[in-house]
Amino acid sequence: MTSRNPLRSPVGKKLITGITGLLLTGFVIVHMVGNLAMFSGSEAYNEYAHFLMSLGPVLYLFEFGLVAFFVFHIVNGIQIAIGKRRARPVAYDTYKSAGGMSRQTSSSRSMIITGVVMAVFLVLHIASFKFGPGGPGNADAAYMTSIDGVEMRDLAKLVEEKFSTPLYAFGYTAVMLLLVIHLRHGIWSALQSLGAMRPSLTPAVYTIGSLIGVLIGLGFIALPMAIYFNLL
Amino acid sequence: MNIKLKVWRQAGPKSKGQFETYTVPEANPHMSFLELLDVLNEQLIKDGIAPIEFDNDCREGICGMCGVVVDGVAHGPQKRTACCQLHMRHYRDGDTIVIEPWRAEAFPIVKDLVVDRSAFDRIVGAGGYVSVNAGAAQDANSLPIPKQNADLAMDYASCIGCGACVAACPNASASLFTAAKISQFALLPQGAPERKTRVMTMVDQMEAEGFGDCSNHAECEAVCPKGISISSIAMMRREYMKAMLG
Amino acid sequence: MSTVLDSKIPEGPLQEKWDNYKNKIKLVNPANKRKHSVIVVGTGLAGGSAASTLAELGYHVKSFCISDSPRRAHSIAAQGGINAAKNYPNDGDTVWRLFYDTVKGGDYRSREANVHRLAQIANNIIDQCVAQGVPFAREYGGLLDNRSFGGAQVSRTFYARGQTGQQLLLGAYSSLSRQIAKGNVDMFPRQEMLELVKIDGRARGIITRNLVTGEIERHIADAVLLCTGGYGNVYYLSTNAINSNATAAWRCHKKGAYFANPCFTQIHPTCIPMSGDYQSKLTLMSESLRNDGRVWVPKKVGDDRNPKDIPEDERDYYLERRYPSFGNLVPRDVASRNAKLACDDGRGVGETKLAVYLDFEESIQRLGRDVIEARYGNLFEMYERITGENPYEMPMRIYPAVHYTMGGLWVDYELQSTVPGLFVLGEANFSDHGANRLGASALMQGLADGYFVAPYTLGNYIASNKLDAADTDHIAFVEAEAEATDRLNKLLSIKGTKTVSEFHRELGKIMWNYVGMSRTAEGLQKAISEIAALREDFWQNVKVSGENSHLNKDLEFAGRVADFLELGELMARDALTREESCGGHFREEHQSEEGEAKRNDDDFTFVSAWQFTESGHELNKEDLVYENVELTTRSYK
Repeated sequence: MTSRNPLRSPVGKKLITGITGLLLTGFVIVHMVGNLAMFSGSEAYNEYAHFLMSLGPVLYLFEFGLVAFFVFHIVNGIQIAIGKRRARPVAYDTYKSAGGMSRQTSSSRSMIITGVVMAVFLVLHIASFKFGPGGPGNADAAYMTSIDGVEMRDLAKLVEEKFSTPLYAFGYTAVMLLLVIHLRHGIWSALQSLGAMRPSLTPAVYTIGSLIGVLIGLGFIALPMAIYFNLL
Repeated sequence: MNIKLKVWRQAGPKSKGQFETYTVPEANPHMSFLELLDVLNEQLIKDGIAPIEFDNDCREGICGMCGVVVDGVAHGPQKRTACCQLHMRHYRDGDTIVIEPWRAEAFPIVKDLVVDRSAFDRIVGAGGYVSVNAGAAQDANSLPIPKQNADLAMDYASCIGCGACVAACPNASASLFTAAKISQFALLPQGAPERKTRVMTMVDQMEAEGFGDCSNHAECEAVCPKGISISSIAMMRREYMKAMLG
Repeated sequence: MSTVLDSKIPEGPLQEKWDNYKNKIKLVNPANKRKHSVIVVGTGLAGGSAASTLAELGYHVKSFCISDSPRRAHSIAAQGGINAAKNYPNDGDTVWRLFYDTVKGGDYRSREANVHRLAQIANNIIDQCVAQGVPFAREYGGLLDNRSFGGAQVSRTFYARGQTGQQLLLGAYSSLSRQIAKGNVDMFPRQEMLELVKIDGRARGIITRNLVTGEIERHIADAVLLCTGGYGNVYYLSTNAINSNATAAWRCHKKGAYFANPCFTQIHPTCIPMSGDYQSKLTLMSESLRNDGRVWVPKKVGDDRNPKDIPEDERDYYLERRYPSFGNLVPRDVASRNAKLACDDGRGVGETKLAVYLDFEESIQRLGRDVIEARYGNLFEMYERITGENPYEMPMRIYPAVHYTMGGLWVDYELQSTVPGLFVLGEANFSDHGANRLGASALMQGLADGYFVAPYTLGNYIASNKLDAADTDHIAFVEAEAEATDRLNKLLSIKGTKTVSEFHRELGKIMWNYVGMSRTAEGLQKAISEIAALREDFWQNVKVSGENSHLNKDLEFAGRVADFLELGELMARDALTREESCGGHFREEHQSEEGEAKRNDDDFTFVSAWQFTESGHELNKEDLVYENVELTTRSYK
């Protein structure tokens, strides 16, 4: 019997990647729905953001959890990618998927690439929004507003400014497309990693997982596109 | 038919290998793929060139001894077929076929297309058994087993240990091989007493042998000559969680 | 000068012999067992089960196989099943019936006491395998399913789809793996036994070649168990695996182990026919196919029409015609010989004219395609994969192929050969199947020998004999190693013009034509002289590639073919000596007016045990005494 942490084993790593992956998927869904608040107007969006901020310690706990999920998910992903090179130091001259029951796709092969790009994006994204003007440690009166007498950050203004620039609008959209690619393999894969799959379910779950990925992606892309093309 | 073969040649485990190209001018569509290699080898021996070494034995797709990557796919293009049962009627006159050994750190090359798969034996040795000594068994019918469980256990037990799953996996993972054995015993009452230690020790051994992690590409199932489902890998993970949670 | 062999059959009534034996044997003190080591050569059903069981008992075991893993042994290819008289179906089966059927099926050329022990032990085998987690087929109630197999009148065959051999072997392999991991078995894969080492007349070790490095190694032990399978590959084309060979057994034979009944070869009727000269092996399809398939050839010689276009009244369903009561389900030897007769008649089908039809059209019409697919789907798929023809649409073409060798090294009741300390198990020995083996009984015998017989008899040998201390520097090891090395060097030094495969194919042709399904004195004499000439040519003219110092399959095969060239001649000699037809051995001179096999019980109720001497082979006899069954003529009319 093993004496070390069972979560460090090949199966343990998959369990962590799968659980954190599903939790992060849940997070991006909530985030995406939050973004859609913008379509009900800047006030609704700002009130939603203010509500989150007002949660105080509860929010910190969530944030801490999120950071932990991201770290575990990313570290495991990188370890799996490094292990892959170690496990096959000499590559095939000719290699192709056999098709059929294989789920090997451009998505499954590029998880590490889409993942790393998204991780880098994440840092920039948090820096420009959460810690952007009006955010924690970056007080800026121009980005404050008052709704029904309550002083709060005018996050909507920042969002509109950012997404009015082509770099932000299309950069964000591009990364969200990567998210769709990531989730196409990721959602199904997480369920398989957690042992939730039966052979009869696999094709349906794979399709539904991909569909959820696409819907999440569309939800995210809607906002920057709407702002950039003045549809809001 | 005239068939061109681009074959990996490597004199020994430490030697540097390279591809060599050979032509078999009189390939017959009814030949098996390994018989094509036989014909080529006989020609090479006559020409004073070292024949291509490749593992093979039963040539009926059950011993698991053969296995090469044919044009980028483990065991070649025909589904659920070990390369010993691949026939040349699937090729056309003038085709070139690229042949490589299984490539994985845990399967070091012995010579040419022959690799060392003893890592699989050690994974089985780590727990792929029921600890029952000869003579100690009770009557065979004393433990009824639901037919669907017995049938599913048989699906998993049909693994031939050829290593195609590792060869085809982009990560060189041995998850399908290991999971098939764990799942077979997880489905049978005979496997129950040791199920918790079995999954832990076999997974540990799999890692210690230097196989990669699984990324759920399911390429293993696609090339498996017995079509073993990756649902066994899902079952291995359930077993693992149960064992971990005590 | 021939001797009469002592088979050491225990006292008492047949049913009590095995118990009487076990009651009287000497036992090894459990604390001493680990001081005794045993070499087990081969890891098939017999070797794998013996090695794991001896290790479980406490012996130190060294296990050898030529493959990369013990799991590859050719037992793995057995499809049909394993017999045991459990009588679960309540259809009247008993140990006695299983014993009787096996003796009768062997055409009364096997040893009663051994066969009865086998029938007794069979039940324990099923228990053992189920306990190991072998996923035998089950019924909906969760209990084990049985089927009728090979024309038996009771359902006593346990099976795991069409992969019974694989599942039983993996069971033995898993037990062996457990003992390897515990350090009780030293496993030596990719090692080929090249010599037996005898010290003071006893088997004490082996010389092996490491097939990866070419190194010659010496291994010592208190006893040697030879579990190396049969010698069907002497025919070049057979259903055996490519690497199956007789070298280990032949080396033991030349060191004093008698070779028994070498001419008893089983030719299996339902194999996929040969398609060309490049063919490397033949593939068997389970004989269960004959339950629903009808065998026929055209009535007219040279009828080249598409089988679909040949009307019913121009087809000859020859098995149904000649054997109305058994029809297509006659035993293997009878079915095979009749296929040969039809082809000799010029009525064979297919490109080579060496095939007969096995037609499912009528069954598909009667039962529906679904039922046939459920029963034989896997086999139909395999057939299509190999031939490219769809058997649902076109009748299968089948032809007999060499499948199993009933002959082997002579052993007594304890499975000990004429060399003390050398035990022979499974197909490598001759003991239980007489002149013809029944379906589903090879797996039974291999596992019986390994799990339940050798562990007792080996203990008795070790407890009864005090062996002198020796090590691998002993002169016997030095000499045996020199013999092995000299042979390898000789093979490499000839540098002739003909490949090993060319010699093997030529030998195969001689064997198949003259020592195959139908034999004559004239043909056998021809075979003897042709093989001798071929052997001479081989040692002058063979071209073996490469060196000894690396993985060199050409060199491995050269050594094996060299031994086949000697064994083949002995098979022909044995067949020539046996002036009768029995089981798989059919002498054209000895047949009834209807062309059926005619045994000669008065003169040939004995085992031919050939002794190797420098001046040639000498025949020794073990008389077979039938105290319990009456010798009758097998009739399937």
